[in-house]
Amino acid sequence: MDSIVFLILRQMRAPLLLLTTIYAIATLGLTLIPGMDDKGQVWYMDFFHAFYFVSFMGTTTGFGEIPYPFTDAQRMWALIFIYISVATWVYTIGTLIRLWQNETLQKALAEHRFQRQVRQINESFFVVCGYGNTGSRLVKSLRKRLIRASVLDLKQDRIDALMLAEHPLFLPGLQADASTPRNLVLAGIMHPMCKSVVALTDDNAVNLHIAITAKVLKPELKVICRSDSHEIEANMASFGTDAIIDPFDSFAKDLGLAVDYPYQYMLSDWFRNESGETLAPVMQLPKGRWLLCGFGRFGRAIHRELVDAGMTVQVIEPNKALLNLPVNAVIGDGTEAVTLNQAGVSEAVGIIAGADDDSNNLSIIVTAKELNPDLFVIARQNQQANSRLFAHPRAELVMEVSDVLATKIRTLLTNPLVDDFLSLARAHDDSWAQNLTERIRKISPSGFPEVWECVIAADSAHAVSNALTKGTDVRIEHLTHDHHDRDVSLPVLALLHSNSQGAFCMPSGHASLAANDRLLFAGSAASRARMQWNLQNEVALGYMLTGASLPQTWLGRWLQRANS
Amino acid sequence: MNLEKVVFAFTIILALTLNFGFFTGDIGNAAHHNVYELYAAIFVNAIATILKFGDRTHMGAVLLAASLVADIQLVAAAGVWVYAVHVTDIGLTPAIVASIVSLAGGAVIANTISVSLLVIETVMLRR
Repeated sequence: MDSIVFLILRQMRAPLLLLTTIYAIATLGLTLIPGMDDKGQVWYMDFFHAFYFVSFMGTTTGFGEIPYPFTDAQRMWALIFIYISVATWVYTIGTLIRLWQNETLQKALAEHRFQRQVRQINESFFVVCGYGNTGSRLVKSLRKRLIRASVLDLKQDRIDALMLAEHPLFLPGLQADASTPRNLVLAGIMHPMCKSVVALTDDNAVNLHIAITAKVLKPELKVICRSDSHEIEANMASFGTDAIIDPFDSFAKDLGLAVDYPYQYMLSDWFRNESGETLAPVMQLPKGRWLLCGFGRFGRAIHRELVDAGMTVQVIEPNKALLNLPVNAVIGDGTEAVTLNQAGVSEAVGIIAGADDDSNNLSIIVTAKELNPDLFVIARQNQQANSRLFAHPRAELVMEVSDVLATKIRTLLTNPLVDDFLSLARAHDDSWAQNLTERIRKISPSGFPEVWECVIAADSAHAVSNALTKGTDVRIEHLTHDHHDRDVSLPVLALLHSNSQGAFCMPSGHASLAANDRLLFAGSAASRARMQWNLQNEVALGYMLTGASLPQTWLGRWLQRANS
Repeated sequence: MNLEKVVFAFTIILALTLNFGFFTGDIGNAAHHNVYELYAAIFVNAIATILKFGDRTHMGAVLLAASLVADIQLVAAAGVWVYAVHVTDIGLTPAIVASIVSLAGGAVIANTISVSLLVIETVMLRR
């Protein structure tokens, strides 16, 4: 704020000097020019009246010639100074307006406002760098959960979009370069409530820089980065970036899983959903010969995973000078029938349209479907704006970079245990996963259930932590039953139990709890609210533990003791 | 030599000299204190204040503060004058003149601080 005041003062120096001087000369002149009073005698105006007259003359208010009608000499003086003072005022006001429109001042004001808004946040929040497709999606889903974030982006129009978005929460945003440490600090990385920094800019080098800055300034901060290059990933990992997400690798790994473990794939696909979203049916990837159009970063990642899963992959790529291109690759776009036939489209079971151009990908899908209508189609969508085109039921699976990134990061930020759960689930076979998906469908038939984390701590589980300090054995089953009737179990699934010994997937109801244990549950929103009773209310928990309502007052306890 | 520095020092010193010129004389005697001199002192002080705008150094801040003090003292002196002569019919009695002059005397001290700071800064910067 100081710098803004100084900027204004310095710029206003010249007009103020001019204005003061003009007023001083006009006033002085009026006191020196002889006038005439009502009796026709020579009269000199005093400073008080002269300054009064100049004040309303300068602003052209015009209260008249006071206290006596002017002589011609006085009128001549006033005439000259009316014009001079008006011109000076125009100059002064013009300078002030120009100053207000000054980019530097506006930037300084915006920065100041942003800093104040960030400082006022008094709950956990995230810093999101880059408000493009991915960033805006992520922020939108965080906002829906009433989670705060502060946003940095290079482009002003994106920040305007953030300000204009209608959501229940106001989020501060600033047009600034996120790779500058000063701007990251403005965005609040040193704020005690800042939990995490998410670097989602289009530029790998900038993301890397954000990660380094954040880790140097505040090592305990969780840093999540987007990266498209393996070298940058290695570099990011070298100084302890907590999560590095490569959208292509991440999608390809899931796809590789889908080949042999369709239910495992379904499980991880489901857990990327928001609650209430429709549950996708199981996807069976056909086995055999696949065509892969485009051998860029996406194509390469898919190629590696599919070949590892035992598929034959025929690459189609327009640039024959590409490094590591398989020797039998067909050279061409894949948008014409000739190339597709040459690649053997009639014997293929599926095609992946993986070019970095959406119209090419659509063209590949249409042409290939005409040649072989039974093809299983996977498409890469590059622009979020094109989702209507890809929504047309031509492709069985659409991969969109911003979607993959946003859902993955959202899970990391809001439910970090989900990733632990999924990686433990991979250790089981596919029938186990199938069994689990059926159980999830049973507790929530209409859509994906709510998934939430629960920490056994004094503020989030008051009753349980009290009981534990008294040495009572509290088990998971005490939480998953209804506090109205403890023989009725709530429609919830305990997915993960993480304690001092490690993390356990699908814990049994008999597992005992300890302080600071973390649990992951899936179930309806209503059962989540019910469970809060068992966690927080001592009467409810007491009933769950003993089957009887414990007296809460001293009198009640005394009466109970007297009766027994 | 730098014209800006000449103008700056000139204004600050002139503010002090005019101010002192008005202040000096018998404290209760209106004949010793000219209204034009007070007017000139107010004007030059205002110019000196504006010249000090926008200097972010510590020295600049103290200079600006001293100038603002002098402005307030002098404007208050002029206010007392206007009140005595025009608003009420008290006129320039010795008591009124004494209060006008003592207010201007306060401004002299503030202006002296300004000039001293200017001299100190000049001495420190001597190369």
